[in-house]
Amino acid sequence: MTNNNANTSKKITNFLLDNIVTIVFVLFVAFGFYAADGLAPSALINEVLMRFFRNGLLVLSLIIPVMAGLGLNFGIVVGALAGVNALILTRYFEMAGMGGLMLSFLVALPLALLFGYLTGKLYNKTRGQEMIAALIVSFFAEGVHLVFALFVIGGIIPVYANHRMIIPGGMGVRATFDMGQHPDLIRMPELETAGMRLAMDWLWRVNFLHAALFIAVATLIYLIVRRMLGKRNPSIAQMPTVVFFINCAVCVGFIAIAAFSLFVPGSAMGMELANVNPIPGVTALVILGFCLLTTYFTKTKLGQDCRSVGQSQHIAKVSGIDVDRTRIIATMISTVLAAWGMIIFLQEVGTVGTYTSHRMVGMFSVAAILVGGATTTKASVKNVIVGLILFHAMFVVSPAIGRYISNDEGVAEYLRTFMVYGVIGFSLGLYAWRTLKAARDKDALD
Amino acid sequence: MDAVKSFFKKVPIATLIIFGFWALILIVGFFLDFRMTSLFSDTIQRFGMWGLFVLAMVPSIQSGTGPNFALPIGVVTGLFAMVVSMDIGFIGFNLLIVSTVLAIVFGCLMGWGYGKLMNAVKGSEMAIATYTGFAATFFFSMIWLLYNTDNDFLGWFIGRGLRNFVSLTPFGTDQILDNFWQFEIFRSTNADGELIGGLVIPTGTLLVVLLACLLMWLFFRSKHGIAISAVGMNPMFAKATGLNADRSRVLANMISTVLAAVGIIVYAQSFGFMQLYDAPLMMAFPAVAAVLVGGATAQRSKVIHVIIGTILLQGLITNGPPVFGRLLEGADITDAVRMIVQNGIILYALAQMKGGGK
Repeated sequence: MTNNNANTSKKITNFLLDNIVTIVFVLFVAFGFYAADGLAPSALINEVLMRFFRNGLLVLSLIIPVMAGLGLNFGIVVGALAGVNALILTRYFEMAGMGGLMLSFLVALPLALLFGYLTGKLYNKTRGQEMIAALIVSFFAEGVHLVFALFVIGGIIPVYANHRMIIPGGMGVRATFDMGQHPDLIRMPELETAGMRLAMDWLWRVNFLHAALFIAVATLIYLIVRRMLGKRNPSIAQMPTVVFFINCAVCVGFIAIAAFSLFVPGSAMGMELANVNPIPGVTALVILGFCLLTTYFTKTKLGQDCRSVGQSQHIAKVSGIDVDRTRIIATMISTVLAAWGMIIFLQEVGTVGTYTSHRMVGMFSVAAILVGGATTTKASVKNVIVGLILFHAMFVVSPAIGRYISNDEGVAEYLRTFMVYGVIGFSLGLYAWRTLKAARDKDALD
Repeated sequence: MDAVKSFFKKVPIATLIIFGFWALILIVGFFLDFRMTSLFSDTIQRFGMWGLFVLAMVPSIQSGTGPNFALPIGVVTGLFAMVVSMDIGFIGFNLLIVSTVLAIVFGCLMGWGYGKLMNAVKGSEMAIATYTGFAATFFFSMIWLLYNTDNDFLGWFIGRGLRNFVSLTPFGTDQILDNFWQFEIFRSTNADGELIGGLVIPTGTLLVVLLACLLMWLFFRSKHGIAISAVGMNPMFAKATGLNADRSRVLANMISTVLAAVGIIVYAQSFGFMQLYDAPLMMAFPAVAAVLVGGATAQRSKVIHVIIGTILLQGLITNGPPVFGRLLEGADITDAVRMIVQNGIILYALAQMKGGGK
């Protein structure tokens, strides 16, 4: 009986340690929402959803390097720079609309592949220290980008000196340039030109409640079908019964809320949720597509190779896997996804900071996936989704917490940045400490 | 010929590259009619400002923790010591002495905690140190914003919180060490017969830095110092000979943090301003790069590496902007070159580490 109790408490401790970052963030957001007296739920949902779709692909790009044992790829900044440079080209020629965006993706692809290849090579040279190397390489890449965008463009590559993206004098790209306005948003045609802003997001806008209802129903059906198939075919992995019922209950809850809001006219909840902006259908589908592709990737030969390399480079090598090549490919995939993710991010924001937009991409994405429960060696689509929601909810509610602490918006700004770096340092530290402790315990047992 | 060859083999590639760059800038500067004495004066002043930060790398590298990427922890500690001493009302040399004493006390405490952390995360020290340093910077930013002071030179006139830039002139600490026994050599007159400035030697600051270097050199010949080196070189062997590896590493990181804390005081007096908020964020990287330029690796370093590396890298960073600025008519390529060079050197050192490349 005591043994059983000790086991249970150990299990609880482990569960808490495994999920401590996520739990702290849930509490933080809940407290922030409480402190933000008067923050409408629809406003919170709007802000979080906007950031969710904006950052989705960037955070997704972190999964595959983690699988291949490269740790958290702060070097996605290099991919983001590929995206920015593709946009410099397409916006220089004033490309617009979805076509211009597709062309930007196309231009970014070879750039990102090249950058990813070089970064991967570097990670192979700095084995064991990939994460610090990734951070430093992002600073290094910024230096190269500065030289290219400030001196090579205009200095070596000829450009029109009076182009509005070029610094007066004809050398270098301006500090910011715009993506061009969405045709529906142009108010002053003499000043604004049509461009790529929101080109993907506004291609197909779906009512939030319809989307929520559809996703909840689809998830419920998926859960039940999988459960029923699993009864007949034991090869399909099953979740524990309790978890299954909790998941189903959550789905039913969402269906009830969405259906009630949609079909019962005049309810307070319905009116509140009707304020939620429509969601960007195409962007959502692209993110969903890459979620599925990432999950599928783990089942391919290459994905399996990545896994083995991630578990033990030595064993992978002995079993005939080209370790270095696998690691480079994982980095290249990540870099390409980051480049595309950056373009999606910037089409939503609408303005490109030529020398600044990429800076926080690595930190924020890594912090987000860690908040979702990922570690240096384990990351999944679930971590990405949970992390995106929680991390950005933190962003939205932190001003309220700043006001609560000191009546000062400035405190919130620093608190937010502190949370970003703190969460990275803390998660990496906790993971390293637990790995070290496990190794010591094992030594003690032997 | 062989002597030349063996010389080039002995001198690390990073040192040669930076020396080459700096020499190039000086030559270009010479032909652009820059006064050499003024260029060198700037370099010497910057050497004084950065010397202690770079020296802080030596104990942490020697103990096997790797370069101290968590330098901002020490820096914010030193800033806190300064803020407290200023708030109490010290000025002039008293301010310098009291804040240094406080910086050493606080630095020991912070360094102890940081050293414990580094022991808990053996194997991934560098990445975790970097983010701990970043987090510390912003944690202290909140403290600066919430700090309540009546001193109008330190805080804003309205509301609470400290200024971003605190001028040290009202406190009488502006360049106090730089001006201590300061002298000028190679003074000359220009074509019109006016006296123009020579090479300024900020004696006080240089004495502090060189004294710290000497003490560090002596320390690594003492019992504790040798223990730290042994632990860094081969932890297993050190353990077998009865050395307490964890204790040595904590001691090394305490020294490193204290040096960073005192370093920011020396830096601030020479600069004339105390910079709060996110100013310490990126301070670790030039310091790490400097010690590597001097010939250190991520696992071995000496005091001489500090002196050579700081002069070369700071010379490049300091002399680059004015010279390039005149050459390229205002467009400054130095910041880009600095980022490439500084981070390139760190990457190169990481690639040379044990376990890399195989």
